Amino acid sequence: MSLKEKLISSFIALENKGSVDLDSNIHNIRTKAIEVFEQKGFPTKKDEEWKYTSLKSILKHNYSVFPSSENSVEVNDIKKYFIQGIESYKIVFIDGVYSSFLSETTHDGFDICLLSSAIKKTKHKIVTDYYFNTLANKNDSITALNTAFTTEGTYIHIPKNVMVPKPIQLMYFYTGKENEVMLQPRNLIIVGENSHVQIVERHQCLTKKATVLTNAVTEIFAHKRAIVDWYKIQNDTENASLIDSTFVEQRENSIVSVNTYSFGGKLTRNNLEFHQKGEHIVSNLNGISVLNKKQHVDHHTLVNHIEPNCESHELYKGIYNNASTGVFNGKVIVKKEAQKTNAYQQNNSILIGDKAAVNAKPQLEIFADDVKCSHGCTIGQLDESALFYMQQRGIPKAEAKALLLFAFANDVVEKIKIPELKTTITKLIADKLGVELGFNL
Amino acid sequence: MLEIKNLHAGIEGKDILKGINLTINAGEVHAIMGPNGSGKSTLSSVIAGNETYEVTKGDIILDNESLLEVAPETRAHKGVFLSFQYPVEIPGVTTTNFIKTAINEKRKAQGLEELPAKDMLKLIREKSTLLEMDRKFLSRSLNEGFSGGEKKRNEIFQMAMLEPKLAILDETDSGLDIDALKIVANGVNKLKNKDNAVIVITHYQRLLEYIVPDYVHVLYNGKIVKSGGKELAFELEEKGYDWIKNL
Repeated sequence: MSLKEKLISSFIALENKGSVDLDSNIHNIRTKAIEVFEQKGFPTKKDEEWKYTSLKSILKHNYSVFPSSENSVEVNDIKKYFIQGIESYKIVFIDGVYSSFLSETTHDGFDICLLSSAIKKTKHKIVTDYYFNTLANKNDSITALNTAFTTEGTYIHIPKNVMVPKPIQLMYFYTGKENEVMLQPRNLIIVGENSHVQIVERHQCLTKKATVLTNAVTEIFAHKRAIVDWYKIQNDTENASLIDSTFVEQRENSIVSVNTYSFGGKLTRNNLEFHQKGEHIVSNLNGISVLNKKQHVDHHTLVNHIEPNCESHELYKGIYNNASTGVFNGKVIVKKEAQKTNAYQQNNSILIGDKAAVNAKPQLEIFADDVKCSHGCTIGQLDESALFYMQQRGIPKAEAKALLLFAFANDVVEKIKIPELKTTITKLIADKLGVELGFNL
Repeated sequence: MLEIKNLHAGIEGKDILKGINLTINAGEVHAIMGPNGSGKSTLSSVIAGNETYEVTKGDIILDNESLLEVAPETRAHKGVFLSFQYPVEIPGVTTTNFIKTAINEKRKAQGLEELPAKDMLKLIREKSTLLEMDRKFLSRSLNEGFSGGEKKRNEIFQMAMLEPKLAILDETDSGLDIDALKIVANGVNKLKNKDNAVIVITHYQRLLEYIVPDYVHVLYNGKIVKSGGKELAFELEEKGYDWIKNL
């Protein structure tokens, strides 16, 4: 039985459980979603959007779709994955199941809780029914698969005029107790007018051996003048793969930044979409990839400029060692009505490994005539003359290389607004480059 | 201190240096002059250990030890400093942090502790004042957007910080106006003492009015064709390089 067949029969079993309310909105959404997946199946390289990323190797596993629940972990085993030295809200999942013991949620003034309970409770149901799955791409089979299967995830609802006092950490751990598992978490985030929130998201397998495929979907709604800073830390173990689809809808004067740090995992695919529905919106998309061995990371971004006077700033940097490969596909659409748009896109890669490769594809579709749009794309190697210069000043070659690479990635690191997170990311980059930091920038 | 013996070196099979012999003692200033393409910059790169060039014959000996198999950073730790003709720009690394890293790497190689921040700051202030540097350059990315003259001044600032045993100034005068030239030359002269040595590589005699050499060597076609005292520089200025081509 192929994974697709297995998933479809598992779905039938899931929805036939006595507990499922067959008249509910969510049941209808799920049924429609599985139809899309059944019809389209997993994307292949024949699909234009998947030309450079093959899922073949990660789909051959016999994933268990509903991992056994109630696995526990020691706090000491997971502590290091949280950002150190800051107060934060935490919502922690172990093998797809919420851990109240490890979490710190709230309903005091705003809601940070489980999506499953938000969908059930009358108080939240009005909100979830209004927003859930309205933004996610319904025709995308991978997203539809998540919609059909998701049972758990994070629900954050910040009403008007709230400055959330500390960052929220969304942590999805996988214990590896079963050898091959597929997880499909789902996040729904609504940020009200004038509100501000910072969110850190991480998917982490706790053993090197286990094969895990995470298919995560996040919908973010930012209302007027809202500010949302989202940080994705992707530093998973070598047999863990992640398909992350994040959809952002912004209303006027809102500022949303999504920052993606891809250092780990076997295969990582990021689908990131911004839809600007209002004027004077700012969308920021930043990314750093540092890869080695045969790792593969694919960044697919879309910025949809629908209304006039908006901005988007996109900056992705990649460092590719050994035989690692990367994809950057940045699509910017400027609709006819979206005059005075400022859209900037920059994608720079350094190839260090002889077998490393990057496929970069900027796609600009501009239908308005009074706009400023630019894109720049470079793929290069380390500057040998700069290396010699630094060596001449007494800096050993390995450290000189690291210093140059840090300097290369630094303008993206500098965009991190949580100092402790900046330290975390800097350390992760140093680890990945195999250097001890004897310097700071 | 430095002994260059029958040095042959080239790039991709093409010979550039064709048998250089040169001895430099502590406390001396040597000028190496010559027309474009005579091998001046190749010589400085080879002494500093640039791996782009291949040494095919001969030896470079610093303090009775061959440098040929020694990595560029180790040569730097042993006191070799090259002021580059074209200093590179390194975006994202500030001048201050760069020099701090360089100094601490040298100290590490010498088995010393890192220089405390307070002392580092004092040293930076002292040396940047000596070179009349605008301090705002120190917090900017190394050489990024600096004018030619600012880059050269920054090179000598780094030299002042690192206090090398053997300093090679490769075309340091190019890009400097006369005021900056005086400041830079003054900086070099103040660093000069009986235990170190300086090699000044230049096309023109102008810089040698301010950094007065003990010896002048004329390099042509990969060989030193004439050596003499400082008066040789004046002679060259007067007669031009065509004169040596016929020597």
